[in-house]
Amino acid sequence: MAMKITRRTFLKISGATAAGTVMSGLGFDLSPAEVYAQELRIKGAKETTSICCYCSVGCGIIVHADSKGKVINTEGDPDHPINEGALCAKGASSYQIAVNSNRLQKARYRAPYSTAWKEVSWEWALNKIAANIKKSRDASFMEKNAQGQVVNRTNGIASVGSAALDNEECWLYQKFLRALGIIYIEHQARI
Amino acid sequence: MTNHYIDFRNADVILNMGGNVAENHPVSFKWVQAARDRGAIFIHVDPRFTRTSTKADIFVRLRSGTDIAFLGGMIKYILDHNLYDEFYVKNYTNASFIVSPKYGFEEGLFSGYDSTKRAYDKSSWALEKDEQGIPKRDMTLQDPRSVFQLLKKHYARYTLEKVSQITGTPMADLEKVYKAYGSTGVPERAGTELYAMGWTQHTVGVQNIRAMSIIQTLLGNMGIAGGGVNALRGESNVQGSTDQALLFHILPGYLPAPRAQWATLADYNKTTPSTKDPRSVNWWRHRPKYMASFLKSTFGEKATKENDFGYSWIPKLDPTQDASWLNLFDEMYKGTFTGFFAWGMNPACSSANAGKVRQALTKLDWMVNVNVFDSETGSFWKGPGMDPKKIKTEVFQLPCAAFLEKEGSISNSGRWMQWRYKGANPPGEAKPDGDIMYEMFKKVRALYEKEKGVLPEPILNLKWDYETHGHFDIHTVAKEINGYDLATGKLVPNFVALKDDGTTSCGNWLYSASYTEAGNMAARRKKTDPTGLALYPEWAWCWPLNRRIIYNRASVDLDGKPRDPKRSLLKWDADGKKWIGDVPDNAVPPMGTTGAYPFIMKPDGVASLFGPGLADGPFPEHYEPLECPIEKNLMSNQRINPVIKIFEGGPDKFASCDPKYPFVCTTYRVTEHWQTGVLTRWLPWLIEAEPQVFCEMSLELAKLRGIKNGDRVIVETHRGKLEAVAMVTPRLKPFNIAGQTIHQIGVPWHFGWLHPKDGGESANLLTPTIGDPNTMIPESKAFMANVRKLTAAPAKKTAKS
Repeated sequence: MAMKITRRTFLKISGATAAGTVMSGLGFDLSPAEVYAQELRIKGAKETTSICCYCSVGCGIIVHADSKGKVINTEGDPDHPINEGALCAKGASSYQIAVNSNRLQKARYRAPYSTAWKEVSWEWALNKIAANIKKSRDASFMEKNAQGQVVNRTNGIASVGSAALDNEECWLYQKFLRALGIIYIEHQARI
Repeated sequence: MTNHYIDFRNADVILNMGGNVAENHPVSFKWVQAARDRGAIFIHVDPRFTRTSTKADIFVRLRSGTDIAFLGGMIKYILDHNLYDEFYVKNYTNASFIVSPKYGFEEGLFSGYDSTKRAYDKSSWALEKDEQGIPKRDMTLQDPRSVFQLLKKHYARYTLEKVSQITGTPMADLEKVYKAYGSTGVPERAGTELYAMGWTQHTVGVQNIRAMSIIQTLLGNMGIAGGGVNALRGESNVQGSTDQALLFHILPGYLPAPRAQWATLADYNKTTPSTKDPRSVNWWRHRPKYMASFLKSTFGEKATKENDFGYSWIPKLDPTQDASWLNLFDEMYKGTFTGFFAWGMNPACSSANAGKVRQALTKLDWMVNVNVFDSETGSFWKGPGMDPKKIKTEVFQLPCAAFLEKEGSISNSGRWMQWRYKGANPPGEAKPDGDIMYEMFKKVRALYEKEKGVLPEPILNLKWDYETHGHFDIHTVAKEINGYDLATGKLVPNFVALKDDGTTSCGNWLYSASYTEAGNMAARRKKTDPTGLALYPEWAWCWPLNRRIIYNRASVDLDGKPRDPKRSLLKWDADGKKWIGDVPDNAVPPMGTTGAYPFIMKPDGVASLFGPGLADGPFPEHYEPLECPIEKNLMSNQRINPVIKIFEGGPDKFASCDPKYPFVCTTYRVTEHWQTGVLTRWLPWLIEAEPQVFCEMSLELAKLRGIKNGDRVIVETHRGKLEAVAMVTPRLKPFNIAGQTIHQIGVPWHFGWLHPKDGGESANLLTPTIGDPNTMIPESKAFMANVRKLTAAPAKKTAKS
């Protein structure tokens, strides 16, 4: 990139993106005024550590949230031995996963042959899903295969997902699926 | 990974082949750079010149799908020039083992091939044993039936000339790489390999990695700091999700999924790996303890000795059934399923032959889709070519919390299990996935309690008590995975404490020791480094047993002394009778005394240069991709891998040497996006940086097709087509394949019709339904395509894909 970054344009960039990672990423020596500005933004914020959700390197991220539990900043964790504070373009953008008007916020339902989503309550959705599971399971359950061997499985339901879940959720999810008798259990690791 | 990310810095030669580390695992590249700062040589082998190549000391090109030819040539070079580590090869590999006289290899086929079944009878690949049942060995390596001599014979055909004709890599480039990497066959030099989907997404994917494993064991690079065969996996917890068995063929901790022929737990346990060799640890002999403890964690008090710990309630596959991804969607396409969960996944864009998957979704009665953002899967019914009024599928889309809005652990490719805290509240009514599945199962159970139903026992008897003060509590699951001593109610210290009599429980033996009475090990943040090799044993936790480098006893000599004192990973303290350094794999004394072989997960205790367990042969052999640009495999008469399952008919179409599809195409990723883009396309910063799908091509091909940089083009295969922006660049160059000019193109696969509106479609509309015969991972990295300039004005988005 041939663009020459003056102090003035630099401040514009950092102001426009409002992300501390951009500043630290450029490696400038911040003057006291800017440091003060950065401090203000995360002053009094709750700081927690996390690990990036994208690739498998496992970079440490610090999350700053305000008193209402809203994310106000994310940045690379300087104490983390793998990334030592650095993040790639994706990791540095993780703030926008949390603060994003496109996030799904309510359960939605699309009825057969319908052309649109309808927002529904969790209670309604989970009740209907449970009824569907039971119907599909009971209709497709096979106690013995063609050879007469006990198989106790549900042939009519399949699942894919997910490497985006935490370990504990993955374990719980396989437990849930296997209890239902499902064998078609697959996810990202296969592809 | 056998090693871990920071360990790259300990290497003297780093080979990145089958991956693009700088762009796809960007932060880890600092450890490649750290190695280079120490004087290490960095080699990149790839069809494309990428940002990784810009930092490479040696960059060479190869045609997509020809890695085994390239690596086979390296095996020959190492053997011809005596570059291998003789001590290591003799003591720590099966080079000296004797193979059955029935073994043979001719014209691309190993002995035992049945062309009607498209499968091998592997009995002729057996290793000979003496009367005690211990493998026969010839420590001189001269026996013509020794693995070492058979290896030499097999790769004698992989001459520089032949390899160059197949790969399109000039002979001088091949030699440069072979010489540089071959320099690590001495104890004082370490070489490591970093790969990704560039190796797995082929019909010879497993054998690509086997070929490198052969090289690494020949050179003595396994089990050492700065060595290993390292998979740079694509997702933050794909290591963990594999360990926790969200796959059809395994239960947590790589226990085999039960099959119909193993009617009882005793039958299941009869398949436990065994050895007669007293010097082989054969760690898998403990499997019955892990299975019994897993069943106890699944059914709790309802799992009793009398009922086989509930073994019959775990669903069974048919004897040879393969329920993997491509078969799953093939069955869905045929209408086998009424219900489907797409939980945190977007198969409408991520699956090979995505057009078939989208059609398959229309055949369901219902689908549950859980995600952070909407996706082409959740909204498939209103996608291109779909008429919602004709689609019966009922769709539930459930909003989940993002990673920073919930608590739990993930495991990186280096097997580091790291804890994440909840940093913020999820928006609106979104909930953590754990809470969603926990509540969902309670609803199902309530229905079975009320209405009964078919075989309700596994549902009613499931241990599902992960609550604290009436709320789902992820810590209770983390502890369940670690395991309990059921007599005392205390967490077990590690898997050595597990029993097969029902007195212990453990959700996943590999993760036992991660959450003990001493606390949550994954949450540790102490940066001590006693070896100076950046193992960081008190930072987070690593499976198994916090062992940072697997097979680390291969780094010492027979007396337990480090073979490379500069990189002392482990050493035997003869006075204290203990190992110092990394957690030893495992704690037996050195081999020269009363100890055992170092490769403890292999029944023979040594690394397999000859691997008789795979579906497609004990040695990797070059075959062309399903779709390839040349009529004949230059290595043999067998053009494609002889045991791959062919999907044909309906949406499954393929062709080789079809003039309509003359160019080799590959798919790949860019730094600013991730997978199908569900977690990046909705982020304004990232979509601004990489707004749309493009097709990368050479200056020569662009000239041939009258395409200019920035033109809109159509990329098409037998399966589908998409519009893309032409990226004309010298980063790609035509190959000379046996005198013929072959062009290669590439398309990133992060996009989809839903968002952004002008971003373009998924590259997986192009890829074929075909998989590796061992893993069934699709061949998305090498297929045949055409590219042409779009002459009309940009097509309006219509109901046509």
